[in-house]
Amino acid sequence: MPNATYILLIPLLPLAGFLLLGLFGRKYFKNTSGLIATCLLLISAALALYTAYGYFFEYGKVDGIYKQLIPLQIHWLEFSPGVSINMGIVLDPISVMMLVVVTFVSLMVHIYSLGYMKGDERFPTYYAFLGLFTFSMLGLVVSSNIFQIYIFWELVGVSSFLLIGYYYDKPSAVAACKKAFIVTRFADVGFLIGILILSFYTGTLDFNTLIQKLTNAGSPELQHAMAASFLGVSALTWGLVLVFIGGAGKSAMFPLHIWLPDAMEGPTPVSALIHAATMVVAGVFLVARLFPVFAISAPQALNLVGYVGAFSAFIAAIIACTQTDIKRVLAFSTMSQIGFMMFALGVSGTGGENGLGYTASMFHLFTHAMFKALLFLGAGAVIHFIHSNDMKDMGGLRKYLPITHISFLIACLAIAGVPPFAGFFSKEEILLAAYRHNMAIYYVALVTSGLTAFYMFRLYFSIFWNKEANIHEPHHGEGGFAMMLPLVLLAVGAAGAGFIPFGKFVSSDGAALESEFHLQFSIAPVVLGLIGIFTAMWLYKKQNDKPDRIAAALSGLYKAAYHKFYIDELYIFITKKIIFNLIGRPAAWFDKNVVDGMVNLTGNTTTAISERIKGLQSGKVQQYAMYFMAGVIGIAVLFIYIWK
Amino acid sequence: MIMPGLYHILFISAALFFIGVYGFFTRRNLITMLMSIELILNSVNLNFIAFNKYVWPNKLDGLFFTLFVIAIAAAEAATAIAIIINLYRSHQSIDVENAQDLKY
Repeated sequence: MPNATYILLIPLLPLAGFLLLGLFGRKYFKNTSGLIATCLLLISAALALYTAYGYFFEYGKVDGIYKQLIPLQIHWLEFSPGVSINMGIVLDPISVMMLVVVTFVSLMVHIYSLGYMKGDERFPTYYAFLGLFTFSMLGLVVSSNIFQIYIFWELVGVSSFLLIGYYYDKPSAVAACKKAFIVTRFADVGFLIGILILSFYTGTLDFNTLIQKLTNAGSPELQHAMAASFLGVSALTWGLVLVFIGGAGKSAMFPLHIWLPDAMEGPTPVSALIHAATMVVAGVFLVARLFPVFAISAPQALNLVGYVGAFSAFIAAIIACTQTDIKRVLAFSTMSQIGFMMFALGVSGTGGENGLGYTASMFHLFTHAMFKALLFLGAGAVIHFIHSNDMKDMGGLRKYLPITHISFLIACLAIAGVPPFAGFFSKEEILLAAYRHNMAIYYVALVTSGLTAFYMFRLYFSIFWNKEANIHEPHHGEGGFAMMLPLVLLAVGAAGAGFIPFGKFVSSDGAALESEFHLQFSIAPVVLGLIGIFTAMWLYKKQNDKPDRIAAALSGLYKAAYHKFYIDELYIFITKKIIFNLIGRPAAWFDKNVVDGMVNLTGNTTTAISERIKGLQSGKVQQYAMYFMAGVIGIAVLFIYIWK
Repeated sequence: MIMPGLYHILFISAALFFIGVYGFFTRRNLITMLMSIELILNSVNLNFIAFNKYVWPNKLDGLFFTLFVIAIAAAEAATAIAIIINLYRSHQSIDVENAQDLKY
């Protein structure tokens, strides 16, 4: 059993950084805050690596199976005997893997920001927010309790809100952070109701007990939850679907993905953090955490996860082909890759060979963290150099940004699934899992992976090749050592992460899963990927009018995809036209006229009456005496002549 | 010679009372108003004594009441004069028309 203290330090060190810099940063650590935060996170990352080493190679494995360990469990709130909220730390393969990924990517972002955000007015605040974000995500992955995960879930939401809206003097950033917060909050309502349903039927909030009760076919709780039904679907399935809605909101699955492209308003390193390691994989992690329940007791809910994932992956890939803002292309590619992870879970079962999808999903999460962080940081370097987000302002940058160019190329090859880079291995596993369980999803995934290669290389060629660079004066170089180091480290990760025998460590039942490799099976996706790459090369390597002509030929589809299939407009239509007009306005009318009217009537009546009678209080003593006298005489008359 | 009876005294008492009320309503000088109040109080005293003497001659209730009224009148005069002096210090006047600050 590991010592709980140093594991506890992994999330608490970023929190300490947040408190220190948030409270005293602007006064005392104006210039050193970045270094302080980076050092704290470096310790945290080292501890996470140490934990991972210990877990995977020393104490985690019992009889060839990775056990779940709970080194720390604090009894926190007790509602009734049996139902309590605990705060704990769970070590199992996915949480340990996530600890490493989150701390590593966050460390890279911290180091990178030393160069990228240099000279920013609110430098300490920025690092404080990064610390909060890292803390929330680390707390989320080690949660032992579904309510604990919900608390950290909301913390992730609020810190992403703070970071997306970091440039709060830009109206678009303000709108984007509000949008991200409201959309994910809306999804979280589903999550909360899901938690309530699941805990109502099982009488517990603890993950272990919950999963145990809901996967054991003989348990009364499971039968109860299966028997209760609403609209023909069992309560258990409803609970899991609602939990998945929460996950879909955070993971930007269709149709709750609309916040993701706008979230690009934050500083670019923040986008790397949100999209690679933290916020968006939270939903995948949540489904993976409850995976046994999904797979054993509610296959319909799991199918929904699969179809939503596949559809999101496909639609995001199409949209990504048409966007011209490089960060938006990356945003949609993230959505597409998260879709891959989701449907990989959706086509998976539990135990042995059936659990291939589960392993593949976690593997893809791991490799995706590497290459997506690299892509965003590379894009950040490009934006830093050229001061624009738009592809049209770029081109021919390979001479000016050699390190960025090479690392970006590696990341593109990785995401396109070209062997032997990291993305190839994880994507192969996902496709294999899909092939075995659901052919429809397999074909969608195959086409999507071809599209992925195309739009990533469209991005690559547009930035680094295409036209000649239009640089007036090379005012500064690529960015300092602080910006290049993370790129190099992540490039190594993106190139080599695929060789990790991931199935040995992470699998649905804890037992090692031999990763298989079928040469003939990987021909189709690789060939499709290469076709995508060469199409992109043919279209975008040299400046020409072919892309425009193709866009014109497909004008309807192109326009629809360029406008993200009008989903934003649909949302605006539904909220503004339907909800506001049909519910909001009548309610506002009722409030303004009836409720306010009653209050105002009371006030106005009082005012009118007092206007009339205030003359009585004139300040003239003799007048008062006269009233008094009149009153006495009146009463006397009354008593003498009337009430005799 | 007619002996003064109850009605004579009540007549004087009523006259004193209304003279006092008239003075209180019409005089602007606070000292004069205070004197008017004393007149009213004295008319009441006279009433008490008269009823005591002519209606229940063997009791002393009216007499005691009168003594209380005189004591209270003394206390009231002291308080009122203190108020008047303070008013004079702040307003340089003891005219009741000038003391109309306490209104709506």
